[in-house]
Amino acid sequence: MAFLLKGAHVVDPQVGLDGVCDVLIEGKKIAQVAPSIEAGDAQVVDGAGKYLVPGLFDMHVHFRDPGYEYKETIYTGARSATKGGFSDVATMPNTNPVTDSGTGVRYQIDRARHANLVYVHPIGALTKGEKGEELAEIGDMLVEGACAFSDDGHGVQSAGMMRTCMEYVSQFDRAVLAHCEVESLTTHGVVNEGRASTRLGMFGWPALGEELEIVRDIELARLTGCQFHVCHISTARGLDIIRRAKAEGLPVTCEVTPHHLFLTEENITESYNTNLKMNPPLRTAADAAALREGICDGSIDCVVTDHAPHAAHEKECEFEIAAFGTIGLETSLPLMLTNLVNKGKMSWDTLVRTMAINPRHILHLDPVKVEAGSSANLTLIDPNRKIKVTPDFIESKSKNSAFMGMTLTGCATDVFVEGKHTLVDGVVA
Amino acid sequence: MLSVRNLIDTTSLTADDITQILDTARSFAEVNSRAIKKVPALRGRTIVNLFLEPSTRTRSSFELAEKRLSADSLNMSGSTSSVVKGESLADTIQTISAMNVDMFVCRARLAGTPYLITQNTDAVVINAGDGKHQHPTQALLDLYTIRQNFGHLDGLKVAIVGDLDHSRVVGSLAPALKTMGAEVIFVGPPTFQVSDPSWYGVQQTSDLDSVLPEVDVVYMLRVQLERMEGAVIPSKREYNRLYGLDERRSKLMRPDAIVCHPGPMNRGMEINTEVADGPRARILNQVNAGVAVRMAAMYLLLGGENYGISA
Amino acid sequence: MEYKPKAVVMDDAAMRRALTRIAHEILERNEGAKDIALVGIVSRGVPLAEILASEIQDIEGIRPQVGKLDISFYRDDFGKTVSPVLHATDIPFKGDNENIVLVDDVLFTGRTVRSALDALMDFGRPKTVQLAVMVDRGHRELPIRADYVGKNVPSSHEERVRVKLKDVDGYNAVEIWDAKVEKAAKAAAKSAGGAR
Repeated sequence: MAFLLKGAHVVDPQVGLDGVCDVLIEGKKIAQVAPSIEAGDAQVVDGAGKYLVPGLFDMHVHFRDPGYEYKETIYTGARSATKGGFSDVATMPNTNPVTDSGTGVRYQIDRARHANLVYVHPIGALTKGEKGEELAEIGDMLVEGACAFSDDGHGVQSAGMMRTCMEYVSQFDRAVLAHCEVESLTTHGVVNEGRASTRLGMFGWPALGEELEIVRDIELARLTGCQFHVCHISTARGLDIIRRAKAEGLPVTCEVTPHHLFLTEENITESYNTNLKMNPPLRTAADAAALREGICDGSIDCVVTDHAPHAAHEKECEFEIAAFGTIGLETSLPLMLTNLVNKGKMSWDTLVRTMAINPRHILHLDPVKVEAGSSANLTLIDPNRKIKVTPDFIESKSKNSAFMGMTLTGCATDVFVEGKHTLVDGVVA
Repeated sequence: MLSVRNLIDTTSLTADDITQILDTARSFAEVNSRAIKKVPALRGRTIVNLFLEPSTRTRSSFELAEKRLSADSLNMSGSTSSVVKGESLADTIQTISAMNVDMFVCRARLAGTPYLITQNTDAVVINAGDGKHQHPTQALLDLYTIRQNFGHLDGLKVAIVGDLDHSRVVGSLAPALKTMGAEVIFVGPPTFQVSDPSWYGVQQTSDLDSVLPEVDVVYMLRVQLERMEGAVIPSKREYNRLYGLDERRSKLMRPDAIVCHPGPMNRGMEINTEVADGPRARILNQVNAGVAVRMAAMYLLLGGENYGISA
Repeated sequence: MEYKPKAVVMDDAAMRRALTRIAHEILERNEGAKDIALVGIVSRGVPLAEILASEIQDIEGIRPQVGKLDISFYRDDFGKTVSPVLHATDIPFKGDNENIVLVDDVLFTGRTVRSALDALMDFGRPKTVQLAVMVDRGHRELPIRADYVGKNVPSSHEERVRVKLKDVDGYNAVEIWDAKVEKAAKAAAKSAGGAR
């Protein structure tokens, strides 16, 4: 099967492309990139007025499969990712059982292959059962296809155990991804400590609970030489700490979610909307502004969703006992376009780096470039198409979106995964 | 008429709302002083006391208020972990609502529960305390007591002392006092202080002795001894020494200043017997006002918009 | 525009004569002023009860006790109307074994009196309860009648019968208003008050 993507504005800083040209896909690869290509037998996809970029990559999602299939499965998660414009995702290991063995990794890859939509790269657990006590079979998982290692959902509480994890992983040339949370500081916290916890009468989750562990893990990365990636940063100070580590030349990267960029603790009102309960929590407007600056200036390496599906009954309850997290795959790109790119605050170049290039680099995966011979993972984006976030719009099995009801401008219309047309004019194949 | 349909928090109440509740409560206080302490005002109305957290005192006060208004009441108790039981709170509320009740009085361990109830019923909801968020009828009875003593609320200076951060009383009382023009200051050890006093627009200090001569009302909060000792304060003995209202500290207060406490008191911890039973104490006046204030709140809310007002 | 009542059916002098007559009737029926207590229904019944008490004092030399009764909590139309301002109820006597004369300005449907009777019973067990009103305008919905009436004023449902009192309104009169005119007059007064 061949496709000719015609007349789109191609953006790929890896190959210095930033202009209108045609891209021919043949089989699983890009066959030709040129100002004008004859269609021949290829099916033409009109790209006029749209942007064509390397396939978007979300390196932090929860597909809940195995164990919590009532929230999401690899199939429904893959549909959600495809709808959002992604060709690749990396899945966190807090499944049930925890993905802490090669078997668990293989299961996810096989299921994803069966779904035949998005490319799923499993992340393996650092410790058995994510309990922070014993090393998981990291090498075994690596051999089966794990792309990185993390105990996401928790911080590894013991500094000694984290040191062991980083030392062990350092032999494989892979990154440790850390959810940074000092649990003795965050205890019962459900909202940001400060104005929000005081106003709402709930336990606070202090910024320091995150920042202190970022500091610790950066020092462990210095000690062990292990590549270290900070998950979902949420505070201005945390970002400053990472900036300093990067300036020192340490192998440290970080990511941010759209909800920490575009929502704040002020969005949580007396109506206690549980879809705004996150871990880490929504922070202050000043934090969100600093994070937006960080993602635009390149201090933050990538945008991830932390897509966290939960069933209705786990969210339609009291805030303090509701599950943490929001889904995000369908809304990530539209939010970035609406709030940053379309407003001229972020360049297309930076968007492509943070949503497609950097994640692959951090995870040591083959780069995807808009050039002949590269794998045909591509996303076609209409920056002007309006979407309304409704339960019907969401492909995920769960509808717990912090952005429900919003109207956003700009979204992916077409996605190709190894030459397969997975999203066709906004509809999942 | 009140500007709110439900009584969830004091932050939504206007000064007129509060004044109307306190004035109406004064009429009910008169009813409560009669030999026959009952009026037919809410005859035939059904009120559900949904106590998801045990509370003998608050529930008794509400129950008496309901009986004296001639309402029919139903007591339901249970743990908030309805999710654990398999039935969600939403299901519970919808089930009870299907039996045509007019009002829920709800006490809950978790903040925001009363709002969640309003989303699942057409009945009027009164918050009888939700987690460490708010406890509006407590604040209103405190205001009633203070106003009864001084004749007004505006211009008064009130110190709220103790476990500020874990207190739903603070969450309701401080905003209500501010709305009525009183000045508020928070006093407590740093481990008990709220993380953002600017939300309330108040100052916060650890120096009780310097505050006492400045204020008209000293409001002592209950310390949840069983939860706090050893965790955020070292001992009962030390707390009493540093923050307990004893005879010596009572003498630092203005001659006409009064002492309030939401109860139940830990004598020998936040308050000593000589003060608790002394001439400054208005603690039993608070309890007495509780029934009248709750009668007023229920009367005004059930006579409100959902039954339609006409001349 | 000037808003006026349709008719003035009693002026100050007529009202005084009627109240004096009622005072005599009360004394005659109860064989003197001993054991009589007057209870005015909030709000206009209260000053009327005070006037009657003074009249009785002028005649007998004994001033009967006067109480006031706010019937808001006893109304059967609760929910349709809630008094924005509640007045204190004050019954300064025991309420047992007295002959109580309830005093109100206008007797109309009888529902107010019914509520007042309920309220009164919560204070004790009076020997008798009698009813004195300035005006009876008819249209009863309950089997209630007045023992003492200042004036019978036949009226229609579209009319409002108002007893004006010096203490409250600055002058004594009984007026009949067209309901629409009265409503417009009140609205005009309110907006004038708001402009001040």
